[in-house]
Amino acid sequence: MTDMTDPSGAGQVLKVSDLSKSFGALQASKNISLDLRAGEIHALIGPNGAGKSTLIKQISGELRPDSGSVSLLGRPVDDLDRVARARMGLGRTFQISALAMEFTVLQNAVLGALGARGGVFRFLGNVMRNKALVAQAEHALERVGLLSDAKRRTADLSHGQRRQLEVAVALTLQPKLFLMDEPMAGLGAGGSQALTGFLDTLRHEAPILLVEHDMDAVFALADRISVLVYGEVIATGTTEEIRNNAEVQRAYLGEEEPV
Amino acid sequence: MNREKLLNAAVILLLLAIPLWAHMAEEPFLITLATKVAILALAGVGLNIALGIGGLVSLGHAAFFGIGGYAMGILAAHAQNYEPLAEWPMLIEGTNQMPVIWLVAVVASALAALVIGALSLRTSGVYFIMITLAFGQMLYYFAISWTAYGGEDGLSIWVRNEFPGLNTLVPLEFFLICYVILCAALWFAARLARAPFGLALSAARQCEARVETVGITPYQLRLTAFVISGAITGLAGALFADLNRFVSPTMLSWHTSGEIMIFVIIGGVGRLFGPVIGAALFILLEHLLGGISDYWQIYLGGLLLIIVLYARGGVIGAISGREVAHD
Repeated sequence: MTDMTDPSGAGQVLKVSDLSKSFGALQASKNISLDLRAGEIHALIGPNGAGKSTLIKQISGELRPDSGSVSLLGRPVDDLDRVARARMGLGRTFQISALAMEFTVLQNAVLGALGARGGVFRFLGNVMRNKALVAQAEHALERVGLLSDAKRRTADLSHGQRRQLEVAVALTLQPKLFLMDEPMAGLGAGGSQALTGFLDTLRHEAPILLVEHDMDAVFALADRISVLVYGEVIATGTTEEIRNNAEVQRAYLGEEEPV
Repeated sequence: MNREKLLNAAVILLLLAIPLWAHMAEEPFLITLATKVAILALAGVGLNIALGIGGLVSLGHAAFFGIGGYAMGILAAHAQNYEPLAEWPMLIEGTNQMPVIWLVAVVASALAALVIGALSLRTSGVYFIMITLAFGQMLYYFAISWTAYGGEDGLSIWVRNEFPGLNTLVPLEFFLICYVILCAALWFAARLARAPFGLALSAARQCEARVETVGITPYQLRLTAFVISGAITGLAGALFADLNRFVSPTMLSWHTSGEIMIFVIIGGVGRLFGPVIGAALFILLEHLLGGISDYWQIYLGGLLLIIVLYARGGVIGAISGREVAHD
């Protein structure tokens, strides 16, 4: 529907236009524009402090931009808080795990299923005996390879497993797009490879805006890459274009020798 | 059955057995003490829903306890003086029927919790504590100045209110009323904790961002929990007033809020039977140590310090260890 009414935004699931945000004298986002199209993984890279997380927070609705606009699925969402944006189909994972640590792994996933299916204001039935919710939660855990850990306490998980759980909870929401803030951080080489393989297939369900420091993963996965430096997008393009972009090499890649 | 469940079963049976024995041994004072434990535990069960599951540190629950108390006092005072509460636009008479009083107490305290919660829950942390405290104190001073209902002196009710089919003047029968209500509240609180609502409320306490990210608004969860919590504590207030046949602004003071919170903390925050064990220990200490020294609360303070510093799960946590995540 979006595609037909808005020809310029064909297939655009997310559109960020001219977003700016300052904290005092620090300008964390400078006129940022980017989009996320159906079926793609769009990676957002940049050195620490470049404003990646600030941008993610403005997209998810945690932070209000000073100016500019965000559209989800062709609808401007500037007036919507993050709960409303989540309900529209925005699935998010956090850089620092945001999970209910006292819960079991399964309970966290069931919470996601509960959010997706609604019916939070039920006061009597045992939520963990609700077959539909548990099935949906277990399915998501199975997809990220955490089903065998379902009964463990979330606080007892490794950092990598918490990342996997974050992805699983996001999956229970069956989102229309994913915002993933460093999902690979803390994963070992094996885990990182497994998640790379998984995200590769996931893009066909819902496109992913991926903030990631693991350059192997970024260059293996991304259809397009945007490079953020000092709050500014200095380049957007295919992996080839970014690799060969002189400005990017100077500003960023040169320091880290990613490939 | 794990240790916590065994402990819970032992406590709830003991709370029933002692008054039954006291009835046969003709020790009515002991029955009164047990009744007090049941009622204060009920107030704690109410607070525990907000504090234990929801993490809402309310220092204003005396407001609901007191509103429940005044609901009883006002209705019963009008009944005993044969003065209607209102003649216009319709005739409203006082009543000495407990079920009606309870209903009024629950509705009034739920409404108060809705208003207080709606405003307080816009803040969090220490601000939430201070605002709930401020609302509680507001009602306290209002009651002091409300001379129509006794002002500072409070309201005395000559005869305990009635319950159909029972003689509430017999201590054991009044105890049983309170005990059954406590059991019902415990049953409800246990179900609530495991229900979809309890899961989401608990998650909102542990990680607000998580709840929002799955599309649930924490404010609505917390406000609902606060209203349920206030209503249960309000019901306890009505029973407490009936136990003493007296209601005064003291029920609304922040000391009362603190005491209810102490029951929950001593027993174990978020533990189903925490308030029961806490209230029982409180009453026990009050009467064992109160006989020795007027300053018995110094020992209570010591106990509280030890629990806060070394036994975060309260008495239940110390006995049965960490809470088992329910499956």
